[in-house]
Amino acid sequence: MNRIEKLFAERQKDILNIYFTAGYPGLNDTETIILSLEKAGVDLIEIGMPYSDPLADGPTIQESGQIALQNGMTLDLLFQQIASTRSKTEIPLVMMGYFNQVMQYGEERFLKACVNAGVDGLILPDLPLYEYEHQFKDLFEKYGLCISFLITPQTPEERIKKVDELTRGFIYMVSNASITGAKKGISEQQVDYFERIGAMQLSHPRLIGFGISDHETFSTACQYSKGAIIGSAYIKKMSKSENIEQTTLDFVSMVRGRRSSAVSPQSSD
Amino acid sequence: MVNDKGYYGEFGGAFIPEMLYPNVEELRRCYVEVSESDDFQKDFRRLLKDYVGRPSPLYLAERLSEHYQTNIYLKREDLNHTGAHKINNTIGQILMAQRLGKKRIIAETGAGQHGVATATVCALMGVECIVYMGEVDIERQAPNVGRMKMLGAEVRPATSGSKTLKDATNEAIRDWINNPEDTHYIIGSVVGPHPYPDMVARFQSVISEEMLWQLEEQTGKEDPDIIVACVGGGSNAAGSYYHYLNKENVRLIAVEAAGMGIHSGESAATSVLGTKGVIHGSRTLLMQTEDGQIIEPYSISAGLDYPGIGPMHAHLIDTGRAEAISITDEDAVKAAFFLARTEGIIPALETAHAFAALDVLEYRKDDIIVINLSGRGDKDLAIFSKYFDQHE
Ligand SMILES: Cc1ncc(COP(=O)(O)O)c(C=O)c1O
Repeated sequence: MNRIEKLFAERQKDILNIYFTAGYPGLNDTETIILSLEKAGVDLIEIGMPYSDPLADGPTIQESGQIALQNGMTLDLLFQQIASTRSKTEIPLVMMGYFNQVMQYGEERFLKACVNAGVDGLILPDLPLYEYEHQFKDLFEKYGLCISFLITPQTPEERIKKVDELTRGFIYMVSNASITGAKKGISEQQVDYFERIGAMQLSHPRLIGFGISDHETFSTACQYSKGAIIGSAYIKKMSKSENIEQTTLDFVSMVRGRRSSAVSPQSSD
Repeated sequence: MVNDKGYYGEFGGAFIPEMLYPNVEELRRCYVEVSESDDFQKDFRRLLKDYVGRPSPLYLAERLSEHYQTNIYLKREDLNHTGAHKINNTIGQILMAQRLGKKRIIAETGAGQHGVATATVCALMGVECIVYMGEVDIERQAPNVGRMKMLGAEVRPATSGSKTLKDATNEAIRDWINNPEDTHYIIGSVVGPHPYPDMVARFQSVISEEMLWQLEEQTGKEDPDIIVACVGGGSNAAGSYYHYLNKENVRLIAVEAAGMGIHSGESAATSVLGTKGVIHGSRTLLMQTEDGQIIEPYSISAGLDYPGIGPMHAHLIDTGRAEAISITDEDAVKAAFFLARTEGIIPALETAHAFAALDVLEYRKDDIIVINLSGRGDKDLAIFSKYFDQHE
């Protein structure tokens, strides 16, 4: 059982997964961000591998990725940063990026690097189920890595079952067909979709992502799943941050609906 | 040539985010059946004939032939309505979109020819049309922006990356993700996820279908020795090769844009500079860093300024079935002036690359060479005019 599976075995609700773009705002902020997120009470962290052409992402994540690349972020550097951070924390880590990045690094070499650095799972939105099943499933299993596939309001039932079969860890439930950061709030229609999927009794836990940005949307998402994923809203806050630890604490407190305190060396959750 | 998963050898497939799956899958399931149905073919053939003006002539360019000491025929796609081959595909795709019940059309464009061809068929059918175009291309292909607006389309600038065709395609794909129910994306070349490369190639295959009988009529045999076409994504090349793909006696020449020179850092010569990877949903050859970041391409020609090529061409080049040649900006411009002054035809900058290939191609005196004259050059006059001094 890896760290992601352990998390879902131990916690049944209100799981908060926060996404950040590696190399943003600063090239070497990865460790500070991960440790700050953990300290602030986040359960799971999604590390975005910045990409030149992120098709599923909106302007906020696109821009942060551009800056990260200009800052000089590379996969080798990122794996080093994660490996050194891993000695200080046991929080589950997921890497998110595009299939071309994995392909160029070399699929097996990439998975090995993940294991060596202490990464627990992957989200590759443009790796199709078919390609995964026929070319990569065995490799992922060999290295014991989790993989999350996406479902959307338009995903047919048969395919959702396939997603459930191939996923290891959690299913990424896209709240509304859109790119990241596009829509705000949760509509009745979306709730119908959440309920429909809930009724399917899937074997894997679900996290809801896209359009989750604050306490209200987080709590609503948590009513219909094990928890939620936040990306763009956090990146926006980081873009104006002068103190990563404080910004992170404030943001997570806001999402959890708790009052935030000033960061001090003794402060703990 | 393509298998049922959309692969040409090891190239192709559909590497798309799940959000696009329902639309792409719907298209995959029905594109062959719909486009081969009698009802579809009747409309498609009628519009190609009466609206586009097909068949496009096959013209023996005597002065050009004399200069190059061989036999050069021009397939006149420049004489189609809207001035390029692009409309063959947009007619096919708008008929497909209607049969899928789509009410809103999106497209990407580089040179603006595909944008104009899409705006045209949308006006013809009375549907909403949004065209994404890189900011740089909006500037350098201004006449086509005006035409799209005149036709009632909305032109949305793509402002990321190099602000050219790749970025316009990214924006169109994002639009499609955000509008999963009512929208059809008319891709303008043989790129993108399966079934697009095959579907677009089929619609463009009318070019080689006509070449078969036109060559028979004019030369006494169906087969030329060589077919030359420029390659951005590769749709005019795919269309002119299509019925000759299995005829190994016919050489297929793919002409890419070398920009300022292949190794200048300002180039779009994908077959030389590219490696295997995924771009716009397809596993193909593309220009990228070791880390898989896509490299911004460059060409004077907006339609060839793209860091990938369609998977069919990646396969043809990889297996040696097609030969790739790359041509610099300078040589393309020179070839455009030469064609204008020997044959009275001003080619598009894209097409001019195919003509420049005559200077480097090996051929025999009795060869029959067909050059696919993919488009006319009105849109490029502002660029050509900068070279008037050198060509007095
Ligand atoms: C006249 C003309 N030829 C060629 C191209 C390149 O596209 P393709 O390689 O798909 O034929 C374009 C694209 O804009 C064009 O306008």
